[in-house]
Amino acid sequence: MKRMRVAAVTLACALVLISVAGSFIPRFNYSRQDREHVNCGPSCRHWLGTDDLGRDRFARLLHGSRISILLAPAAAAVSMLLAFGIGAIPGFAGGFAERAAKTAIDLVLSIPWLFLLLMVRATLPLNTSPAASVTITFLVLGLLGWAAPARILLARARCMRQAEFIILARSTGVAPLWLLCKHVMPNLRPVLLAQFWISVPIFILSEANLSILGLGVAEPLPSLGSLLRELETVLSLRADIWRFAPPVMLVLIVSSLQIAVSEREVPQ
Amino acid sequence: MEGGLVSATLVRYAPGFGADERQLDARLSSDSIQAIQNANAEERNIVRFYFASICKTFRGDLGMSRSLNRPIRQLLQERTAVTAVVAGRGLVVAWSAAALVVFTTWFFRTPALGIPITLFSGTLLCLPAGVLALLAIILNQPGYVVIALIVYPKVHRYLSNLVEAARGMPHIVTARTKGTSESRVFFWHVIPVIKGEVLALAGVSIGLGISAAIPVEALCGIPGIGQLAWQSALGRDLPLLNSVSMLVIACVVLANSGADLLGDEQRQPA
Repeated sequence: MKRMRVAAVTLACALVLISVAGSFIPRFNYSRQDREHVNCGPSCRHWLGTDDLGRDRFARLLHGSRISILLAPAAAAVSMLLAFGIGAIPGFAGGFAERAAKTAIDLVLSIPWLFLLLMVRATLPLNTSPAASVTITFLVLGLLGWAAPARILLARARCMRQAEFIILARSTGVAPLWLLCKHVMPNLRPVLLAQFWISVPIFILSEANLSILGLGVAEPLPSLGSLLRELETVLSLRADIWRFAPPVMLVLIVSSLQIAVSEREVPQ
Repeated sequence: MEGGLVSATLVRYAPGFGADERQLDARLSSDSIQAIQNANAEERNIVRFYFASICKTFRGDLGMSRSLNRPIRQLLQERTAVTAVVAGRGLVVAWSAAALVVFTTWFFRTPALGIPITLFSGTLLCLPAGVLALLAIILNQPGYVVIALIVYPKVHRYLSNLVEAARGMPHIVTARTKGTSESRVFFWHVIPVIKGEVLALAGVSIGLGISAAIPVEALCGIPGIGQLAWQSALGRDLPLLNSVSMLVIACVVLANSGADLLGDEQRQPA
């Protein structure tokens, strides 16, 4: 099991390194058009061929992976911040705040995730610049993905509220803010980290779903999701096998992250 | 009700709310444009907007779809049945496959069987619903198969965890050591123990099925609620999106509440 985790972490690191480093090489320009070779197969010049506009598929895959790999953790960080504020603090405070937080969490969790994303994304502008579309997409993911981690943090903080060391600290007159910063936060850090790593693959998949539906990252900027839209024009599995590189990359990234997280000791 | 308020609030505060393309029509007089603006102004207060929506809903008037130019009620009536059939079939296939796999692995606990099953489930979990829908189009498969493939890994994972947890229970260990047949242990001792949780999982899986219907119907061209939600999102048809979201939330909450009630009955001591 430990070997599997090491392999998964190594693979994830390698993919991150390749996509981040590769996208800085000038040869791999995601928007440069080669009008002599439009929609062609793999060659020495274009390792995964070119798309309908003559853009290099490999370069777009590198840039797309980089966007998804770097922004999904950023969205997860936003989610964790919100989850801490909405889940952990009311859970530790108890009373009305805890009940209100629980209601809010249940309310958000009662709406199917993809539906909620679609609903919120539709209420935001769709005709925006590519950079704005990336920001909006990942910000929406970050702002909506807090509910599940918040529920876990709330439960954990509630347990901590009744812990002996907290009762002792309270009885000695320690201020609530000091308690929260010096005793609760360090104890919640492993849970927060676990939830963070669980959220990253979920956000990568959610961005992919949104982009396939045309509600995610806008052209010409590539993301793993927007690259998957090219599969709409594939007619058979055998004819254009190299066009399946984006889903293969997605499976490799998500599976390596999921294995790394599941093999990790997630605190109960 | 809370879900309705959330969706109404989102719709109300969406950029461009209240803007009507008819205001750009040069043929309309200033009085007509003023009348349109006044009609939209009534919806500016969130509480009034929400209560007006609720009152209209109770009267059976869900308004008109701006993008499809048809009554929303009619659209929902036409499409709910389609989604119910597609999602229902997908859920039945997913549950049957998951139950069959869990039942088989109860009898044959070998890595030769376990590894391929885990790999298959794991791969499905790593693929977004949209990719599965596109693969279904390429392979000429119906939409419900995609919903089944989306729901199956989650149901399988929870079911196998429940069964594995039950395997270590003292009364089940005792029954097996006394030589009770595996099928008898499974049907008489394991299923009664996990029945409540399975019902809760069934409720959750309905939500998963409805959620999966959005990309599947949108990409496979199935005229259901999912496609309607997608069309309303792309066309920024906010009243339609509001109605669809309320319908979906009502379905999910009803399914979860029903499953909870049934599960509580099962868990009550005799």
